[in-house]
Amino acid sequence: MQDNFEMREVYCQSLIDEAKTNQDIVVVEADLMNCIKTGPFKKAYPDRFFNVGIAEANMVGISAGLATCGKIPFCSSFGTFATRRCYDQVFISVAYSRQNVKIVGTDPGICAEINGGTHMPLEDMGIMRGIPHMLCVEPTDSAMLKALMPQIIAYKGATYIRLQRKKAETVFSENESFDLFKAKTVSKGKDATIIASGIMVSKAVEASQKLKELGYDVGVLNTFTWKPIDEQAIVEAAKSTGAIVVAENHNIRNGLYSSVAEVIVGKCPVPMESVAVMDEFGEVGKMPYLSQKFHLTVDDIVEKTLKAIKRK
Amino acid sequence: MDSEKLEFLQSKALDVRKLTVEMIGRLGVGHIGGALSIVDLLTVLYYDVANVDAKNPCNPDRDRIVMSKGHAGPALYSVLADKGYFPLDEIKTLNQPGTNLPSHCDMNKTVGIDMTAGSLGQGLSCAIGMALAAKIDKKDYKVFCILGDGESQEGQVWEALMYAGNACLDNLVIFVDNNGMQIDGMTKDINSIEPLDAKGQAFNLHTQRINGHDIEQIEKAIYQALNTKNKCSLIVLDTIKGYGADFVSCKGYGCHSMAISEEQWRAYCGKEKD
Repeated sequence: MQDNFEMREVYCQSLIDEAKTNQDIVVVEADLMNCIKTGPFKKAYPDRFFNVGIAEANMVGISAGLATCGKIPFCSSFGTFATRRCYDQVFISVAYSRQNVKIVGTDPGICAEINGGTHMPLEDMGIMRGIPHMLCVEPTDSAMLKALMPQIIAYKGATYIRLQRKKAETVFSENESFDLFKAKTVSKGKDATIIASGIMVSKAVEASQKLKELGYDVGVLNTFTWKPIDEQAIVEAAKSTGAIVVAENHNIRNGLYSSVAEVIVGKCPVPMESVAVMDEFGEVGKMPYLSQKFHLTVDDIVEKTLKAIKRK
Repeated sequence: MDSEKLEFLQSKALDVRKLTVEMIGRLGVGHIGGALSIVDLLTVLYYDVANVDAKNPCNPDRDRIVMSKGHAGPALYSVLADKGYFPLDEIKTLNQPGTNLPSHCDMNKTVGIDMTAGSLGQGLSCAIGMALAAKIDKKDYKVFCILGDGESQEGQVWEALMYAGNACLDNLVIFVDNNGMQIDGMTKDINSIEPLDAKGQAFNLHTQRINGHDIEQIEKAIYQALNTKNKCSLIVLDTIKGYGADFVSCKGYGCHSMAISEEQWRAYCGKEKD
């Protein structure tokens, strides 16, 4: 089942709602206002909205300058252009300078669909989490996004938000509460834990149901904040289930699997398997095709979970 | 400008040059050429035009000065030390372990630095952000941004210039320290950025081109820029790399970063002993 609202609608409405009482919120766009749908913010607060045209480096630098004067800029583009296109600007003008800029990268991984390989960020979280102190978060669905936005605004520091633009598969109910720095347990299990993020969470839930039919009790943990990652939740999952599968819409290199492995290897080594893009470039296609092509399906999660359990 | 003021500023510029040479000289090596070429501008800004106060360096209403050519940090540190932003003795710590004075400007280390820079081409975008923040808050502080001419080969500079011109940011004054040299040679031979004044005009910038070592011309140009409404200003400063210290400028583009002996800096500064 899909959410009632698109993620971008919830994103923009949250900004508008918060901006009523928070005069510091500003939005900076690089010609994707009509894709990210921040037009309503511009309409509500025309003096706090800037569109710099197709110039992501300038967008990020301007945001950093605004932040030095106490503003809280939200700047956005497709994930590829919000990160690797302007990586040094994010690194130096924002992060190294300790500026409170929120960078939003949309269309994560295969969600870029028919925009294809040039627009398919499969490395964005990897390169952003490589920047010291950068908060990296991938909200799962509209309920979570709505709950996290006030926390993201209140957090003082450079932040990368990996955002699906369209309707997400519903995982959480509207009244669910979330802590930006705590992973969310979707379900507990005994035989293994699937640690998932983004579009892979609903697939992990489906996989756990299939595994139940096969006689396995598998939990799902949603580590929506990749950095700083909730080490305690990961260690608890490893200790209680003894096997971990990481499911991510991202390159295996430097992604969520790497983030989780950094914890598991040091604190509680257990068998680990990965469902991720195996060091490939993206390509054009719709989600069902791309899920098959890059082995990001429910069946892939089931297969890898069985493999992890076998290795225990 | 009356003669007394001119004399004061010229004497300050000389003091700043000496401090800059001493700072780099004590370390033995550094970006002396591009630091010295910008001293006259910094002197006019910090001792004459800009609304800045060493006693209140974080005043939200202060003018902002963004040194985008971050390797000229030592010239800026000399001004800040002389004005009392931090103890004068601290200039001896340039690039020493744990220092507050790194090669390239760092707003989180050095009191009085408004923006971190070092990776070239990024400062102007940040300065635009500061100018936009002033507009949002209806504050009348000004933003001054100093670019290098070699730095202006970076593409982001032109993204930023285009936006500054189109946004008519009349609270932002952009300077280009046009000393004509970069690490590998003469800017005109490597990848010329000229004609800078024509480019500035084409970008809808109120453009002036002056002798960057003439204190009176600098002051006049800045006031003209600040009195120009609804247009962002560009002031091209024709300068000489290493200006004011012959043992530096004689190296040509080799003075971008060079070794300075104790004998050299002590002779230049007239300081036989500490």
